Amino acid sequence: MRIESGGAFEAHRRRVAEARVARRKTVLVCCGTGCLANGSAAVLDAFATRLTARGLNAELGVFVKKTGCHGCCQRGPLVVVEPGGTLYTKVQPRDVAEIVEKSIEHDETVTRLLYTDRKAGACTCQGDVPFYKHQTRIALRNIGRLDPRDIDDAIAHGAYAGLVRAVGHMTPEQVIDEVERSGLRGRGGAGFPTARKWRACRTAPGDRRFVVCNGDEGDPGAFKDRSLMEGDPHAIIEGMTIGAFAVGAHEGFIYVRDEYPLAVSTLTTAIGQARDRGLLGTNILGSGFDFDLRLSRGGGAFVCGESSALMRSIEGKVGEPRAKYVHATTRGLFDCPTVLNNVETWSVVGQIIHRGGEWFARLGTPLSKGTKAFSLVGKVANTGLVEVPMGTSLRTIVEEVGGGVLDGRPLKAVQTGGPSGGCVPESLLDLPVDYERLTEAGSMMGSGGLIVMDDRTCMVEVARYFLRFLTEESCGKCTPCREGLKQLLAIYEGIVAGRGRPGDVERIRTLAEGIRLGSLCELGRSAVNPLLSTLRYFGEEYRAHIERRACPAGTCRELTAYEIVHDGHPGRSAGVNGKRRGARAVQRPCNGCHVCVAACPVGAIAGERKRPHTIDQERCIGCGACYDACRVGAIRFFPKSERVAADADAAC
Amino acid sequence: MPTLRVDGVRVTVPAGATVLAAARAAGAEIPTLCHHEGLEPWGGCRLCLVEISKPGWTGEGKIVTSCNYPAEDGLVVRTSGERVVATRRVVVDLLLARCPGTPLVQRLAREHGIEEASYEVNPEPTDCVLCGLCTRACDRMGVSAIASVSRGASRAIAPPFNQPPPDCIGCLACAEVCPTGHIAWSEADGRRTIWGRVFEMQRCEGCGRPHLTAAQAGWARARGAAEQDLRLCDACKREQLARTLRAVSRGETVAAQAAAS
Repeated sequence: MRIESGGAFEAHRRRVAEARVARRKTVLVCCGTGCLANGSAAVLDAFATRLTARGLNAELGVFVKKTGCHGCCQRGPLVVVEPGGTLYTKVQPRDVAEIVEKSIEHDETVTRLLYTDRKAGACTCQGDVPFYKHQTRIALRNIGRLDPRDIDDAIAHGAYAGLVRAVGHMTPEQVIDEVERSGLRGRGGAGFPTARKWRACRTAPGDRRFVVCNGDEGDPGAFKDRSLMEGDPHAIIEGMTIGAFAVGAHEGFIYVRDEYPLAVSTLTTAIGQARDRGLLGTNILGSGFDFDLRLSRGGGAFVCGESSALMRSIEGKVGEPRAKYVHATTRGLFDCPTVLNNVETWSVVGQIIHRGGEWFARLGTPLSKGTKAFSLVGKVANTGLVEVPMGTSLRTIVEEVGGGVLDGRPLKAVQTGGPSGGCVPESLLDLPVDYERLTEAGSMMGSGGLIVMDDRTCMVEVARYFLRFLTEESCGKCTPCREGLKQLLAIYEGIVAGRGRPGDVERIRTLAEGIRLGSLCELGRSAVNPLLSTLRYFGEEYRAHIERRACPAGTCRELTAYEIVHDGHPGRSAGVNGKRRGARAVQRPCNGCHVCVAACPVGAIAGERKRPHTIDQERCIGCGACYDACRVGAIRFFPKSERVAADADAAC
Repeated sequence: MPTLRVDGVRVTVPAGATVLAAARAAGAEIPTLCHHEGLEPWGGCRLCLVEISKPGWTGEGKIVTSCNYPAEDGLVVRTSGERVVATRRVVVDLLLARCPGTPLVQRLAREHGIEEASYEVNPEPTDCVLCGLCTRACDRMGVSAIASVSRGASRAIAPPFNQPPPDCIGCLACAEVCPTGHIAWSEADGRRTIWGRVFEMQRCEGCGRPHLTAAQAGWARARGAAEQDLRLCDACKREQLARTLRAVSRGETVAAQAAAS
C-alpha cells in the first residue's frame, strides 16, 4: 500500500500505533547476532509452539516479535514481555513454558530468569537494570523494540516522522540548518560536522549527487553499526532520504560488508517495504521529491571503510583510497558531489528533524553533541551494545553500564576507536567521551568499539595485535603503510618473543612518525595510534619486555613461565601478581582441586587429588589457562628468563 | 592562473596544474617514483611530499603529496622542511629494505644519506617498487592486461592468475614506464616475449625491421587506426615526414612529392 501524502501517513501511523497499544501481551525475543548465536531462534520457535498449544494468538492480543539486538548480549538470549518491560535473561527453550504461564497468562514474573547482580539485586523491569538505566538511546531507540522486517511496526514506533516533516514542511536549506543546530558530527569516528558536509555537497557544482551510508564496520570488536542495520533499518533509510532531500540527491547507496548477512537481508527487505509504501522512489509522500536506494556489498577489505576506497568499490573498481585533496562533497562517487556518512549518523537524522536540533544539542558536551553508541567488549561483566550521552566518562560506561571488569579483576586500560584508536589508561578513566578529549589522550572516538582490558592484558601485545591486523588489511598502495607496518610488525614480534633489542623503541618512534605523516589515507596515518598510546602510557611494559625479557601481564608465552605454589614454597620470584577473585586478592597454596589439570590443553599438570600439583615446565606452553582456571590463586607466573637463570644456578 | 610561493620563489602556473609542476617550474628538486607526465597522478610512492600552508593557517603546515595537490593561489610550499625530509627519508629507507639491490633505489638512498637500510632487508629482493606505473599505463592504453594483486605487504603486479595475460598486445608500454627496469622482455627473430607471451612481429614496409606486434596492429585496427599508420616504423615515419617537409620547402606540391615517392 502506497502512502501518497503526509496526511495519509499520519492516518496510517495512528492506525498501526493504536493497534499496538491494544495488544494485551507482546513477547520481544532478541534475534540480534549475539543472541542468535546463543540459541534465540530456538527460543522464538518455542514461544510460537507454546502459545499455539495454549491457544494464545493475535486474536487474543498476544504477539511474539523477532527483534534486533537488545544490547545486553552477555546475558542473552534475552526476552522482554510487554507491557511492563519484564526482562528475562539467558532464556532457554525449556524456560518458555514457565514464562508463558506466569508472565503471559498471568501477570507474574519468573524470578529465576531476571537480571541479577551484586549491586542492583534482581531487576524485574528492563529499565531498572543498571546496564540500561545509565543509557540514553537515540540511535538505538527502537532496536529491540520493533520487528525490523515490518515497516508498519517501525512506523508505529515513530519511523519516518522526520521525513514527513522534512519533505512536507521544510526547504532543503532549513533541513541543513536544523542539522546544524543539533551540532551533529560524523559518527564514523572523525567527527566532521554533518551539516557542513551536507552544505558543501549541496553547493558543489554538478547535476547528479549521491548520498552514501558507510556500513563497512570492520574494527575488531565493533558491532554497533551491524546492530543498527539489523535492528532498525528504517531509521537509516529515513535519515538518508532526508539527507538526499537536503543536498539534492536522487540516488543513494548503502555499503554493507558481506560478512553481515543478516544486515544485508534486513536492509534488502526494508528497502523493498519502503518502496511499497512510497517512502522511497518517485514523488515521495506527494512532495515531488524522488529518491531511491541501492545496496552495495563489500568484499571483506577493511580499507573499504575508508570513504574514497568505499566509493571506488561501489564503482566496481578495486577498493583503494585516493588523495582527498578534492573532497568527496565536490568529487566523490562517480566523480559527482557525494555525502558519505556513517550508519549511526544517518540513524539519528530522522529524530533530529522530528524533534528539532535543539533537543539533540541539549545532550552532550560543548563540542560533541548528542549521544554515542558503543560496542562494549573485552574483559567487562556486561558485554553489549550501549549508547550514552557524549561527555559520559569512560568509568561510568565501564563500571555502571558495563557492570565493572569481569571477575572483579583490576582495570588496566580501555581501548577506543579500534585499530585507529589508542589505549586510555585506568588513571584517565574519568575522561569524558568526546571527540576532542579522546584525541588529546592519544586515542580517538573511532567507530565505537570500547575494549575493556584487565591486568592480564599485555599492552605490547595489544599494540602488536592491531598492528598485525592493519598489516594484513593495508591495501599496499602507498609505501609507508605497506612497507612500514610490515617492518613495525617485525619489531613487535621480536619484542613479544623475547628478541627485543636496545633501540627498538626509538626505531618504532621514527617509523611511526614517518607512517603517520607519509601515508596516503587514514588507515596508515592512524595505524600508529595503538603503538604511540601504549608507548605513552605503558612505556614500562616495553622496557620490561626488551630489557628484562619479562611480560608484566604474564601473557606473552615466550617470556612467561607458570608454577604452582606449594606449602612452604621458597618463593622463587616475588610473585609477579597476586591472584584476584572478586574483592579478594589472595595467593594460597594448591589444594589439589584438579581444576587446572582439566584446564591445561597440553596435559602438563600432574598431581593427585587433594595433593599439591606441579607443572611440567618442559611441556607447558605458557598459555595461562591454569592460572585463569585456578580458584584459590595457587598459580603464579614469572619471567621465563628467571627460570633459566635459576636452572643454571641449580646446575652449578 | 594561480600564483604560489615555493621555497620563497614566486611562481605562476596554469590553472589545473599541480604543486609538483609549480615546484619544478620554480626550480625545486622533488624526487618521484610513481609520477609520469602522461598518466593521472597517483600519490602512491610518497616521495614527492611537501609541506604546504595557506595564509590564515595556524600551527604546522600540512604534509601532502605534491603530484596530486592542486596548485592554489596563495599557497606557500616548502619542499625540504625538517618533517618533509625526515618522512621522505623513512620512505626511502623502507624502499631500500624492499629493493636493496636496485640501482635507482640505491641512488635515492645515497641522496638521502642512507648507506644501509635501517630495517629488516627483504629476504626475496625485488626491483619492483610497486609504483603502479605499469598497470596504469596498461589501463591508459585501454588494454588492462596486468594489475596489482593481493594487498598490503604481499601486493604484487601480475597478469591474471599468474598466467600469460590473454589481453596483452605486447606493446611494451609497461616496460617503457617502469622506473627500475623490472619488467623483463626480449626480442629476437621477429618475435617479442613479455609476461610469458610470445608475439609475432610485423615488419616495417620501409626498412624491413620488426616494429610492432601483430596483436598490437590488430588492436589498433579494431579501434579505427588507418592502415598507413601501421605500415611504417617510427623512424621511417619521421623520415617520410622529413622528405615531405623538404619538398614543401622547395615549393613542390605535396601531391607532386607523393607522386614522386
